[in-house]
Amino acid sequence: MSSLLKLTIDGSELEVKTGTTVAAAIMMRRPGFRRSVRGELRGPVCGMGICFECRATVNGRTQQRTCQLLCEAGMVVNTDE
Amino acid sequence: MLVIGAGPAGIAASVCAAESGSAVILVDDNPRPGGQIWRAAAETENGGSREKQAALWLDRLRKSSARLLLSTCVVARLADRLVLAENKAEAIEISFGRAILATGARELMLPFPGWTLPNVFAPGGLQALVKSGFPVEGKRIVVAGTGPLLLAVAAFLKSKQARIEGVYDQASWGSMIPFAGSVFKRPAMFRAALGYGASLRSSPYRCGWWPVSAKGTDRLQSVTMTNGTQVKTIECDMLACGFHLVPNTELQSAFGCVLAVGKAQVDEWQRTTTDGVFSVGESTGIGGLDLALVEGQIAGLAAAGKSDHASRLFQKRNALVKLARAMDRAFALRPELRRLAQPDTIVCRCEDVRWSSLQGQQSVRPARLYTRCGMGPCQGRVCGAALQFLFGWESAGTRPPVYPVLLSTLIREPHDLYKEKP
Repeated sequence: MSSLLKLTIDGSELEVKTGTTVAAAIMMRRPGFRRSVRGELRGPVCGMGICFECRATVNGRTQQRTCQLLCEAGMVVNTDE
Repeated sequence: MLVIGAGPAGIAASVCAAESGSAVILVDDNPRPGGQIWRAAAETENGGSREKQAALWLDRLRKSSARLLLSTCVVARLADRLVLAENKAEAIEISFGRAILATGARELMLPFPGWTLPNVFAPGGLQALVKSGFPVEGKRIVVAGTGPLLLAVAAFLKSKQARIEGVYDQASWGSMIPFAGSVFKRPAMFRAALGYGASLRSSPYRCGWWPVSAKGTDRLQSVTMTNGTQVKTIECDMLACGFHLVPNTELQSAFGCVLAVGKAQVDEWQRTTTDGVFSVGESTGIGGLDLALVEGQIAGLAAAGKSDHASRLFQKRNALVKLARAMDRAFALRPELRRLAQPDTIVCRCEDVRWSSLQGQQSVRPARLYTRCGMGPCQGRVCGAALQFLFGWESAGTRPPVYPVLLSTLIREPHDLYKEKP
């Protein structure tokens, strides 16, 4: 029942099924995509909007918790990497 | 009536209140209803009894008159019967007569060397990410920590073709056996446990083991576990490690509800100490799906004025609360878990505060002021519960907004005002 959609992550295109969250999509590329305040590489941990380790910029909006955002066609995502 | 949280408890409350004639607004910060345990329930392929139960409740919710506001996060209480919420970039005010808080739980994570490496997850967290589209076929996964969630998550990951290298619970066999006894008495739980056992038969399940360290360069490469005497290193792709659950009580705090031992205090009608505010599900104490459903029904009915109907559910609720307490005892945390961190182990992930910086601090407030521990975006949701276990530090409470919001949400006229009759 799910169809596919394309979004751009750090400049390159990725195709995912509808219903995929942005965090899951980014993780298909690399496990760590955020830098902590001291520059340590971090990835999603809690999957439910609590830990804030999945933050990325989505369509120009910064600090988005990507584990609670569904992918949309044409979305532009930028991580710290 | 405002219901906050569209997991099983919130859905049950909304359905019962709406079917009893109340005008209900159900709010959730996720893009779909179901909370954690019923995440993506509509898309599940297998038609097991648990999936059918979720489908039935979600269907009842859809057919009810309850209005669902998704991707909407309640951030502050503006007045007795008024809250401020944010939806994407819009500010929303919701006025209500009664509120039912079904805010659920989060996983307890304890610091140990390497726990901040990419590919180290909380068990429910990895399950949520997989349900949200992250593939794990062929990945070697170690599941560790404590609690009934470990087996459920391991079995789920196995069903997604992951390779479960082992499930390690820090609880000893001795503390698990009395709990196992109560599982035998409940047919549905027993069948579920047998199901997990069958699907995980090729993976080791060990009691009395806990993590020493996670190692890797830019991602996890191996995990070292111990039982106090033996030490074992396992090469793997992912670690799902969490130490059971703690209630989410930030909104209960914002409503002025009295908390006890980190749970919202409620009476037999699920009423908190604040007039007109109920609390249900994991927020009143970790007790699982069945208890959440019953508590949600009790509050929904009671808040809608159907006390007789609500009181008929008390016996079932009380029995499930007893089972929940047995579960707490079975998975109590051993003292060794307080000594896992090394001096340079991160304790506060948001602000990169290390264990050594926290030595010599007396409580949460000075630790915050001197090290910034707990002052980051998660506002102590991750490190706070850990500090409670590690040092016995009581949480310093919550201040609004309970989640980060856009400045425009705080200063602009709200885009929408929802007003419902009590």
